[in-house]
Amino acid sequence: MSTLKAFDSARWVKIALLCVVLVALPFVIDATLGRAWVRIIDVALLFVMLALGLNIVVGYAGLLDLGYIAFFAVGAYCYALLASPQFGIHGSFLVLLPLGAMVAAVFGIILGAPTLKLRGDYLAIVTLGFGEIIRIFLNNLNRPFNLTNGPQGITLIDPLQAGGISLSKTYTYDGFAIAPVHLYYFVFLACALLTIFISLRLENSRIGRAWVAIREDELAASAMGINTRNVKLLAFAMGATFGGVAGGLFASFQGFISPESFTLLDSVMVLCMVVLGGMGNVRGVVLGAILLTALPEALRYIGPLQQQWLGRVFIDPSDLRMLLFGLALVLMMLFRPAGLWPSKTRQRELIGIDATEKAGG
Amino acid sequence: MDIFLQQILNGLLLGSIYALVALGYTMVYGILGLINFAHGDIVMIGALVALSVVTALGTSMPVMLVLLIATATAVAVCVALGLIIERTAYRPLRRAPRLAPLITAIGVSILIQYSAALVWGKQYMSLPEIVKPGKIEFGGAQITTTQAFIFVLACAIMAALLWFVKTSRMGRAMRATEQNPDVAGLMGVDTTRVIAFTFALGASIGAIAGVMVVLYYGQGHYFMGFMVGLKAFTAAVLGGIGNIPGAMLGGLLLGLIESLAAGYMGDITGGVFGSNYRDVYAFIVLVLVLMLRPSGLMGVSSGDRA
Repeated sequence: MSTLKAFDSARWVKIALLCVVLVALPFVIDATLGRAWVRIIDVALLFVMLALGLNIVVGYAGLLDLGYIAFFAVGAYCYALLASPQFGIHGSFLVLLPLGAMVAAVFGIILGAPTLKLRGDYLAIVTLGFGEIIRIFLNNLNRPFNLTNGPQGITLIDPLQAGGISLSKTYTYDGFAIAPVHLYYFVFLACALLTIFISLRLENSRIGRAWVAIREDELAASAMGINTRNVKLLAFAMGATFGGVAGGLFASFQGFISPESFTLLDSVMVLCMVVLGGMGNVRGVVLGAILLTALPEALRYIGPLQQQWLGRVFIDPSDLRMLLFGLALVLMMLFRPAGLWPSKTRQRELIGIDATEKAGG
Repeated sequence: MDIFLQQILNGLLLGSIYALVALGYTMVYGILGLINFAHGDIVMIGALVALSVVTALGTSMPVMLVLLIATATAVAVCVALGLIIERTAYRPLRRAPRLAPLITAIGVSILIQYSAALVWGKQYMSLPEIVKPGKIEFGGAQITTTQAFIFVLACAIMAALLWFVKTSRMGRAMRATEQNPDVAGLMGVDTTRVIAFTFALGASIGAIAGVMVVLYYGQGHYFMGFMVGLKAFTAAVLGGIGNIPGAMLGGLLLGLIESLAAGYMGDITGGVFGSNYRDVYAFIVLVLVLMLRPSGLMGVSSGDRA
């Protein structure tokens, strides 16, 4: 099928069109909606990476990780500590991003190891605790020597820069200005596309099928000769790697990080993206990530509206967002457990074989 | 020596509250095999309801009566909440794959937290000083009469629960459902009712624990359920999840560990790990138990449960 399709000209036209749209997008948005929205798109791309990383753990392998943002934090702090005036070290991102990914992966393995033999519920609690513990450490490791600068966080983090090109500068060609947000957009887009590519390739690989087998029935999977321990650890390490890279990019993009950027609520938000979009389905997760990044921006208008109509602000938009997230998790599981854009196998598992047979037949 | 005794007393006191909350986790887990993430938040709701009632009544009535009304209101609200959650969020998913109820549970937890933030606001609420507790000297250490009262009441509730589960008809039905819901159903046990009852029982004990937390710390907050819940869950795992006496033992032990670690680790490590790390110890205990003895201190080792 796919070899035949490869010469399908309509498909290539579609891909070319998509490329044009993706390249033009930040400039069009900048001209119409303003620069703030380009920034939001940048963040959305970061969340696409994060959500896809979590999707490996939750969606493919079926292990519920409630402290995923901790890996994001590890990656971010790794980059921030080694590319800022904190220690006077200014490493290159070419070294630091892989380093952050590796450190995050090690944390993923450390975290997954004690719960491997246990049922998934324990993993959920351990990761939930781990997410908070990392934050407590980041908050307190300014003593006995100042490692993380405590609650004040780390400032003046280097932007991505290599060979004299820095992403924090504006470049002008013939009066056409390319601002840092645009440059970061292309870097993040490349990373997000790479993440999507890896996720798609993993889905049908030997490892991906092993993950799915474990998710469906661990006992049967191990009877089929899958080394469940290693494969589960790999899922953890892999998910954490994506988180670590995204964290490093986040630190360079923001130029400032503090423990408050990595709370439980951020973990829940990423989980929401995966669940809402459809666990185990790359397209769905990308959609979920983009929707849920844009949602808070849309909700921002709710505050003034309440002021205008009701006389005072009843619900703080950020609280409203969390209420909606909680509600979404519950309602999705009750009524549409396979997500807005479900993957075929996931649908079969979460709704039951009868339902799909009925739907299909 | 008196500092050591003081830490032991504080630990036991805190531990008795953890034990009460842990009971809610362990009972539901024993019967449904579900970690009810929302349980910590039910405790929080109990605490905030009690705070509101005490603040509203103030000193218009005798102190004991105020506390009694506050506790009764908290229990009523929490039982209703527990039943609603069970009915709407968990019951439809009883036969669903494992991941679904877990995700629902975390969703319910977030919903309760932010609903509470909506009702009570996000600032800390403090307990009006209606109680002027006396002090009890105890071999160089001292506790207040309120604290002694909390400890005695917690022990009484635990004893009553053990007696109830062991002797009453409903208790027997609970144990039967825990062993095998399908067979229990065949034997004429209305398992749906038993599960709802378990939620209600856990929520009412959680509500009382919430009132105790308020009396102990003197304040409440919409996010307080998270840490209380995490620690109580650790206590339940430490004792052997699904095991009621285990949860009690685990709670008391965890309270002791936390209190002693927070009291002494700072001195031992030369101020590096001071009391600002106190929330970390429960987590370390959790990971160690899961690695070394996943069935807990009193749990029966079984591959499937763990």
